[in-house]
Amino acid sequence: MDLDRVYRAEYGRCVATLTRLLGDLGLAEEAVQDAFATALEKWETPPPNPGAWIVTTARHRAIDRLRRESTREARHAQALLLHQRDEPREEAGPVRDDQLRLIFTCCHPALAPDARTALTLRLLGGLEVAEIARAYLVPEATVAQRIVRAKKKIRDAAIPYRVPAADELPDRLPPVLTVLYLMFNEGYAATTGPLIRTDLCAEAIRLARELAALMPDEPEVLGLLALLLLTEARRPARLGPGGELVRLPDQDRTLWNRTLIAEGHALVRRCLRRGRPGPYQIQAAINAVHTDGPATDWRQVLALYDQLQALAPTPIVALNRAVAVAEVHGPAVALATLEDVRLPGYHLLPATRADLLARLGRNTEAAAEYDRAAALAANETERAFLRDRRAAL
Amino acid sequence: MKQYLLAVHMVEGAPIPSPEVTEKMYAQVDKINQEIQAAGAWVFAGGLMPADSATVVRSDNGRTTMTDGPFAETKEQLGGFWVLRCEDLDAALAWAARCSEACLGPVEVRPFQDEPEA
Repeated sequence: MDLDRVYRAEYGRCVATLTRLLGDLGLAEEAVQDAFATALEKWETPPPNPGAWIVTTARHRAIDRLRRESTREARHAQALLLHQRDEPREEAGPVRDDQLRLIFTCCHPALAPDARTALTLRLLGGLEVAEIARAYLVPEATVAQRIVRAKKKIRDAAIPYRVPAADELPDRLPPVLTVLYLMFNEGYAATTGPLIRTDLCAEAIRLARELAALMPDEPEVLGLLALLLLTEARRPARLGPGGELVRLPDQDRTLWNRTLIAEGHALVRRCLRRGRPGPYQIQAAINAVHTDGPATDWRQVLALYDQLQALAPTPIVALNRAVAVAEVHGPAVALATLEDVRLPGYHLLPATRADLLARLGRNTEAAAEYDRAAALAANETERAFLRDRRAAL
Repeated sequence: MKQYLLAVHMVEGAPIPSPEVTEKMYAQVDKINQEIQAAGAWVFAGGLMPADSATVVRSDNGRTTMTDGPFAETKEQLGGFWVLRCEDLDAALAWAARCSEACLGPVEVRPFQDEPEA
């Protein structure tokens, strides 16, 4: 029986709905876990609406659990639950808005950034602490502690469980988008270990899809989803037969996922039509250009990077823009744009400089930059790629 | 409703702001205090004398000792605070942003423990 699949798909939704019903995140989690344990015993095949079954069962489990306890909070929560029983009964199952509320709680700016990601993966993605620890290559105890601390703060400080009002969204939406973006990125270019972790990518895309379905009028949400889809679409071509990194111009474009590209392009068109461009939309547009036609139109890419730089003048944007500058105006001009860019500890700055220097025939300097980059890269696949490039000088 | 402490810290040895700045700060704090009261979020607030005016009292087995100076041996000491009654953390954070602007310094928001049931 595919309980795993049901668990992954329904866990976050059920926790979100139970949190609303119980008014307590910890209690909601326990109740949902109880319900899945019951499902494991009782289901031969999942019922037609497994989410509704889990929510109903979890609610009953929570009432049982609360009856055994006698704290004030337990009595309060029990009263709430019993009260809700009087409402017209329908086996509605998980409510999608609840998930949105929970994302905003998990990504609240009052929580530490590391904790936001861990909590989102745990509560909305249904990932186990061990899986999150593996994905980020940090000890399990560290992840567990981050999650426990964050949940305690949500409870003690009364971090609300609600979707922020429209006027709060400019402050509250970016941390949510950042968490999903970082989750995908960590899966796509893992800091260490195997280069690509498909489970993290898939989870980030699933949550971004949910967010886009829940907030279809927020162009940056659509932009983020498009960016993730267009990046994901190229994944099959990103590693060669020997597991080595293949650069964009050398990738076998027939391996790209055409369905995801079509979906991503449609999303880019849809969000840009709204005329409220933001960093994710522009990055999505850049990736749309990369995946359009037989080769990249670098002039368009550069124009988009100029727009991105005006909107978000970060060193990372400057670095990525330099790659486009090199294609349009040549490596010497590109190198000059990197003169004042500082990204301490980030291997892609020396790697990009090395590439530009090599194209200018300045091989000694290029070799030194490749060495610097290889020393900084934490991922073995990327280190091997940099060593090969150096050897080819 | 929950109660939150909004604490303002003073750094010992930091340059003393000019009288104009201090005056402006007092006026701003007065204004925000009125707004907090009008919104029904007010519990209590006050500014403290410098930490070197503090005395720590310890009572142990009937013996009381006193030491001059603040308890925490750090340069950052509590300088003033608000106690507010708010719906949730977001409401407290929204006041904190405005209080920080008014008092020209960072504001630490800390929830009170819930009152035990009578």
